[in-house]
Parts: sequence; C-alpha cells; structure tokens
Amino acid sequence: MDFAAIVVLEILYMIAFLALISAGLAIVFGMMRVINLAHGEFVMLGGYATIAAAKHGINIYFAMLVISPVVVGIIGLVVERLIVRFLYGRMIDVMLATWGLSLLLIGLVTLIFGNTAVSVPAPIPGYQIGHYQMGGYNLFVIAVAALLMCAMWLVLRYTRVGLVARGTMQGPEVVAALGYNPSTVYMLTFTVGAALSGLAGGVMAPLTGLLPSVGGAYVAKAFITVITGGAAVIAGTLSTAALFGTVDQIVSFASTPVLGEIAMLALALVLLRLMPQGVTGQFFRNST
Amino acid sequence: MNASGFGVGRIRWNWFAALAVLLAVLPLASETSTPTLLAIWSLFALSLALMWGYAGIISFGHAAYFGLGAYTYAIASFNIGESTVPFLLALAVPALVAAIIGAMMFYGRISDVYLGVTTLVVTLILNRFMNATAGDAYRIGNARLGGFNGIPAFPTLNVPGDPTTQIYGTTYYYVVIVSLLAAYLICRWILASAFGRTLIGIRENELRMELLGYNVPAYKTAIFAVAGAMAGLAGCLFANWAEIVTPSVFGLGQTAEVLIWVIVGGLGTLIGPMAAAVVLGSLKIALGHQTTIDNSLVLGAILILVVLLLPRGFAPSSVAWRRRFAQSQVRRRQARGKRRRRIALQEAEP
Repeated sequence: MDFAAIVVLEILYMIAFLALISAGLAIVFGMMRVINLAHGEFVMLGGYATIAAAKHGINIYFAMLVISPVVVGIIGLVVERLIVRFLYGRMIDVMLATWGLSLLLIGLVTLIFGNTAVSVPAPIPGYQIGHYQMGGYNLFVIAVAALLMCAMWLVLRYTRVGLVARGTMQGPEVVAALGYNPSTVYMLTFTVGAALSGLAGGVMAPLTGLLPSVGGAYVAKAFITVITGGAAVIAGTLSTAALFGTVDQIVSFASTPVLGEIAMLALALVLLRLMPQGVTGQFFRNST
Repeated sequence: MNASGFGVGRIRWNWFAALAVLLAVLPLASETSTPTLLAIWSLFALSLALMWGYAGIISFGHAAYFGLGAYTYAIASFNIGESTVPFLLALAVPALVAAIIGAMMFYGRISDVYLGVTTLVVTLILNRFMNATAGDAYRIGNARLGGFNGIPAFPTLNVPGDPTTQIYGTTYYYVVIVSLLAAYLICRWILASAFGRTLIGIRENELRMELLGYNVPAYKTAIFAVAGAMAGLAGCLFANWAEIVTPSVFGLGQTAEVLIWVIVGGLGTLIGPMAAAVVLGSLKIALGHQTTIDNSLVLGAILILVVLLLPRGFAPSSVAWRRRFAQSQVRRRQARGKRRRRIALQEAEP
C-alpha cells in the first residue's frame, strides 16, 4: 500500500516535471512554430539565477519564482530581437541558430561559473510514508506545475492578451488590420516562453545540481513532450507529459532509471511515426 | 535554389590531382596524427553534406551512425581479431540501422522538424544506453561495453589477411586519405548518376517527383543508408585513430559539430563542408590547448552568424560574390563605354 502510494507520487512528480520544463518550449513552438533548441540552456540559466540569488541571501522562493523568470525573460527578449526575429518561417534555420545559441550559452556559463557542479539545499524537509523517505520538495514541484498549467489555460482562453496571442498565430494580417503589431506579439510571446523556462530552471534547481551542460538533459525531454504533443499548447503538453511520465516511472521502478528514460524516448519515436502531427493533431483537436 | 545550386558540379580533375599529390607528400613536412584526425572529420562532414546538401534530408542525429561505426568495429574486432570483417561490419551495421530508421521515417511521411526530432532521439537513446552499460552484465562476446569509460585497447586495423601486421602512423594516414578521396569520388559518381539527379529533383520538389512516378521514400531511404555507411566508415577510422571508443561519439556535441561544418561550408557543395571540417577542426584543436575560451562558445557564435548572415554557407556565397563582382565589372565597363560615346558625340557636334 505504501509502495503504491509512492509509485503514484513519483509518477505525479514526473508528469509535473515534464509539464514544467516543457511549458516554455510549448508556448514558443505551439504558438509560433519556432523550435528553440536553446530551451535547455534557458532552463539552466534559470537554475543559475536562483542559486546565485540564494547565495546572496535572497529568499529562495522569491529567487525561483520571481528572479529566475525575470532574468531569463530578459535574456529571451534580447535573443528574440537579435536572432530569432530574422528567422520566422524558416523552421530549420531557427533550429540551427538556437542550437548555436545553446552552445554559446554553455560556453559563456562555463566561462563565468566554471565547469563545476553547484547546488542549493531543498527548502522543504522530507517526510515519511511507511518505511519510505520521500522528498517534500517534490510536492511543491507538483503544485507549481499544476498552478502554472491552470494559469496558462486561463490566460490563453479567457483574457484579451490570450485572444490577441492566439489570433496572431492564426492570422497575423488580420490581427495587424485590427491594430495590433504582430512583431510585438511574437516578441512578447517568445519572452514569456523564456520566462517560463527560467521559472522551471529555478524550481528544479534545488533538486538537481547544476552544470553548464545540464541543459542537454532537459531539452531532449521537453522536446519530445512538446513535439509529440502537437499544436495545442496545453492539452498537448499535458497529455504527453502524463503518458511519458507514467511510462518512464513504471519502467524505472521495474528496472533502472536509464531504461525508463530509454523507454520514454522509444515511445516518442513510435508516437511520432504513428501521429506525425502530434497527439493533439489526432485527438482533442479544438483544445487550447 | 538558383541555377548554380541546381547543378551537380563536375570534378575538376586537375584540382583533384593537385590535392591528392599535396596530401601524399604532407607526411614529409609534418606529423601525421592531426592530419589523420582532420581527414576523418572531413569524411564525416562529407557524408552529411551528401545527404543534406543534395537530397535535402536534415539529420540532427548523424553522430548515431558515426558512433555505431566506431562501436561496431571495436566490438567486432575483439571477437574476430582479424580486422577485415570488423571493418566491413562497421560500414554494414550503420547502413542497415540507417535504412531501418530511414524507412520508418520516409514511408511514414515524416517531414522536416519531426525528422530532426526523430534522428536526435535515436542518437540520445544510443548515448544513454551506452553510458549505462558499465559492468560485466553488458558484454557482446569478448567485448565489454564499459559504460561511460567506453571500450579501450581493441585490436586496431591490420593488413588484410595478416593480423600480426598492424597499420599505424604514416601508413594509417594514407589509409584514411585514400578512404576520403575514394568516398569523395563515390559521392561525385552518385551525384552524376540518374540516382543522384533524382535525389536533387526530390530536394527541389518532392511532390513533382512523386507525380512523375518516382518512389520518393525508397530514394530517400537509400541515400540515408549510403550516408549512414559513410559516417560509419568515418566512425570506424576514428576508433582506430583514438584506439578507444566512448559514448561521447554519440553525443550532442558530435552531432552539433558535423552540422556546423556542413552549414558553414555550404549546402549543395561537397568540398565546402570538407574544408570547413578541416578549418573548424583545426580551430577546435587549437582552442583545446588553452582554457580561457571554450570551444563551444566559438562554435556557437560561428553557427549563429552563419545562419543569420550566410544562410547558404561559405562556398556558395563566395561563388555568388565572385559572380556579383564580375557583373559589377561588366557594368562598370559598359558605363565607361557609354560615357566615352557620349563625350565623343558631344565633341562631334560643336
């Protein structure tokens, strides 16, 4: 019984983790058809921002929930203005340029922080289920991911900002005729996506140590979650995060975490083959 | 694509011969270890240049076949000893894997971005798996996979049929150079053949080729397998150069580097990516000697600048510049001629 509770909690945590690290990429890909291969490095920078702020005595919750998103959002804004805005509509070129950016950021962070692991202790103590020791901080991650998904859905579905954003993605000319500048909307969307990546990095920082190259571990998982999710930002991300999270954890419990990850990647290959338009291209067509 | 990118190009035999002679006498002037490595990277770049530049298939996981070639050779040579069969297997296994993955993607009509993701994921699976194969449980025949530490000390290439005579040093340099030049000629031959011309047609307009009755997925799968075999050859030669294979041959870094070589050198040329591999490879080796500036910083900056400023890469852009310069010369000459005629007319009617 205790064991079942733990498996369920771990699956929930994995789903939350995938949803959290994919949210920023999902916004940028789902709405703008831009694949940001520097996404993992945005997450990594969010982590470094939190750790640097916490080391300077700033409250860690303030650091991860406010400072990280703001810092990475500003970086995203700069990147959009300097690089990405010239490449809209050229999917492969965007991927290549952001891959270059990812290498550049890894190099820069190595230069600044050095190639050594840094970490910060989790601010919530563990708790006991039967004989098992569980990380209390995992519950916080689950809560943040759930709140984030709800907030994204509400904003996209029910606010003026969300309406304009969705409208720009469907028909930039129409939105322009109605008095909004599509270029500004793209810029803000990319900034918000980057800020969400920073948030994910900040929230995950206490759980995973940080290295300049840690982004590679995030980008692959976020990538398959978003791409197999398809065009619908929230429904897609949630459905594939649930699927991959469950498969990963069940296989991990049955064998080793490495096999769990491999099973997740293999499942992504199969899904891409069967549904080249993503899960939401097949099901939940009219969702957000 | 303009007219210059459309053609398959001819081999300029005089240049080819000059290059071959230069490479042949190089060992007289320098040590051969670094040139061997650069030639191997050049071959790796060539394999992607053929597939991406001419068939328009982008792979974000080309390192998978490089790594498979390296691992296949190492595992097979432990088990077989004599190196001829392992060498051939190092071409066959990546080709077969590429054919399977290619067939899965191309018959499934997976396009562009999804192709990138699929190839990337395959590389990641191999990388994660090989990293986790530490311990005695993971062995194939006599070869222990060794996890993160890789497979060291396998028998290197020997003279075919004579396992006691190893090939190393300058001799190995010549083996690599001959492989590279032969691969280049094979690529040229493929591009000049009906098969190659069909591939270029598919790159230009896939739907039209399909309606003309060509079996597009079969062609794409075939070139994917050929490029896989060539990358496998590069991987096998790399394994013999390094005398150890580690999971980093499947790494994101390896994949990123070969992409950068090809795009910097220029899509739709073969010599451009090969040269870019040599130049950027030398740069990487030079940067490896100091610690202030990270190699990935420089590579990343180069990639961003090339995508933004020279999206066609150096070789095609330099051809375009030369042409534009020639045209401006012609215009200037015409303008000068016109001015002279006008002056002559003015002088003629006082």
